[in-house]
Amino acid sequence: MTESAIILKSAGSKRHRAESRFRAYGLIAIAISLSFLLIMIGSITMRGTAAFKQTFVQIEVNLPTEKLDPEGTRDPEVLRKARYGKLLKSALREQFPDAKKRADKKSLYKLISSTAEYSIRDQVAANPSLVGGIHPFWVRASSDVDQYMKGTIDGSLEESQRRVNDKQIAWIESLKASGSIESRFNTQFFTGGDSREPEQAGIMGAVVGSALTLLICFLLAFPIGVLAAVYLEEFSAKGRINRFIEVNINNLAAVPSIVYGLLGLAILLNVFNLPRSTPLVGGMVLALMTLPTIIIASRSSLRAVPPSIREAAFGLGASKVQTTFHHVVPLAMPGMLTGSIIGMAQALGETAPLLMIGMVAFIVDVPGGVTEAATALPVQIFLWADSPERGFMEKTSAAILVLLGFLVIMNLAAVYLRRRLEIRW
Amino acid sequence: MVESLAMNEASEQPATPILKVRNGQVFYAEKQAIIDVNVDIQPNAVTAFIGPSGCGKSTLLRCFNRMNDVIPICRVSGSFEFSGQDIYDSEVDVVSLRQRIGMVFQKPNPFPKSIFDNIAYGPKIHGLASPKAEMQEIVETSLTRAGLWEEVKNRLDQPGTGLSGGQQQRLCIARAIAVQPKVILMDEPCSALDPIATATIETLIDELRESYTIIIVTHSMQQAARVSQKTAFFHLGELVEFGSTEQIFSSPVDERTQNYITGRIG
Ligand SMILES: Nc1ncnc2c1ncn2[C@@H]1O[C@H](COP(=O)(O)OP(=O)(O)OP(=O)(O)O)[C@@H](O)[C@H]1O
Ligand SMILES: [Mg+2]
Repeated sequence: MTESAIILKSAGSKRHRAESRFRAYGLIAIAISLSFLLIMIGSITMRGTAAFKQTFVQIEVNLPTEKLDPEGTRDPEVLRKARYGKLLKSALREQFPDAKKRADKKSLYKLISSTAEYSIRDQVAANPSLVGGIHPFWVRASSDVDQYMKGTIDGSLEESQRRVNDKQIAWIESLKASGSIESRFNTQFFTGGDSREPEQAGIMGAVVGSALTLLICFLLAFPIGVLAAVYLEEFSAKGRINRFIEVNINNLAAVPSIVYGLLGLAILLNVFNLPRSTPLVGGMVLALMTLPTIIIASRSSLRAVPPSIREAAFGLGASKVQTTFHHVVPLAMPGMLTGSIIGMAQALGETAPLLMIGMVAFIVDVPGGVTEAATALPVQIFLWADSPERGFMEKTSAAILVLLGFLVIMNLAAVYLRRRLEIRW
Repeated sequence: MVESLAMNEASEQPATPILKVRNGQVFYAEKQAIIDVNVDIQPNAVTAFIGPSGCGKSTLLRCFNRMNDVIPICRVSGSFEFSGQDIYDSEVDVVSLRQRIGMVFQKPNPFPKSIFDNIAYGPKIHGLASPKAEMQEIVETSLTRAGLWEEVKNRLDQPGTGLSGGQQQRLCIARAIAVQPKVILMDEPCSALDPIATATIETLIDELRESYTIIIVTHSMQQAARVSQKTAFFHLGELVEFGSTEQIFSSPVDERTQNYITGRIG
């Protein structure tokens, strides 16, 4: 064998085979996890995007003056008191005179959302000149009609097997023919609060609830976590007590989150009587849960600051506090922030502790402050997933998409912050 | 030999020592790193600490500005005086002690901030520059004295960590000078540098001697011979021999010193 032949890789060698085998295992593992991720996100996206669309129906509604505003004041307060449900029903009967029997009329009324009267009320109150005429209004179709239009209800099934009957299908088809039914972007889903009616339900209440909860969580957990880490790492004696505390913090990070929920219930609600179901309490519970994560991340990024920086500052006569806060903490800050954001992202997805402190209530209004009852994104997902209506299924997936969107944003923020703040040596 | 020793002593002016150690002992837990050291450091001179690795040079050096305080297991006894004041007195303010006794480390360790901020940090925390304009002046004079001004005057806002190793070390010296110390302790300041950067620093040390007292730890005999007036040789925690550099290198009294400088131990 020549010298040059010796240094060439021999494909058959044991070492070479082990290497390529290991590489293959790694690739397979990555492929498997990636495909699971793709399947999950793909199926959620397919189901969820339907919720971004909503079917609307156009109806000519008669708004007689004598019914709405007998005194002719055009006062919005008076206009709001009128019974628009009745007007809508008669408008529907007029449009489809073939509904004569009680049962048929009932089916007819079920074409549009039960919340439609409120949208007409609001439009009339905002624009009193509508009174005394016949005007076309686009109103939300009921969830069943919406589902039929989206093709999730199969019209070829036997009538008793589906939630839209033959008559309703005929009406829908005639609306289609006249161009009075169409699918629109569902802004309500992004701007509205929760509702019993799937077609009316929106995610905004939960988004704001989650945001307020996370705000409280961050305001509590970040300063406390960072200060605890700074104290433990820079100031306290590195003795047995310090190690004992470290072990316990690591244990706390692994405690199931529901335990923190129970703690919140027992102490924050029952002992301190803080307002139930509020972002305030939710944030406090999540802060307890995120604290260990933040402390651990902060300690390790403090430990990563080279000792030579501390020596340099001490050598110049900087005190311990000056050294720590002028040099060490700023250098550790990117790591602390990314650790905190990752902890917060975990908290954003946390459901169990929020259930324990009552953030699972059905709340229609978008919360206006941290002491108002609210729900959070994952809890909203849980609530919708638990609802039997077909219309909530797509809402559930859409809400998951929104949650995933926020998680991605937070993690990107963590990456960006690290890139941005990191000091290159 | 005895004659020349006596002559040496006579030719030196008997200036009062700026640092004085009597029965200095340092322990790391149970292990004794410095054994019964007595030494007087003359002002406005360069004193070199030489000796084999682990003999306690850094340990003794760090006693002078109490950098050992941050090592919990480190215990110091004996008398350490700076201008007649006991360094380890409980009344002593470590912050002002370290302002007067600055330190330059083995590895250049500029703060990851701008060159300007690196210099300005010390004066700022000690309140040395009340109006803002004074800071500009301090930065310029410090960098000039450290022989770095010409190289960095146009990039003061750039990070100090972006300089070359030799420049970084001069930046660290400038940073130490900026707080107007009396003494500068240097722990192997050139060991991470190439010969050219080393030569620059050595010239700098020689210039700084006029205004400061310098103690330099070095592993290079040549360096000790080139820059120092006094040399102390340590071995296993003991101060074996202390005298003028000339005498230590030309006619060492102790056999261990002789062996070390001729390269037989170390
Ligand atoms: N932080 C410490 N904890 C425990 N022992 C230490 C510590 N620092 C130094 N020592 C011990 O003290 C002795 C003297 O160390 P020192 O660093 O002063 O030596 P040195 O002369 O500076 O060596 P070198 O030339 O290698 O830098 C050594 O035996 C060392 O093991
Ligand atoms: Mg040393």
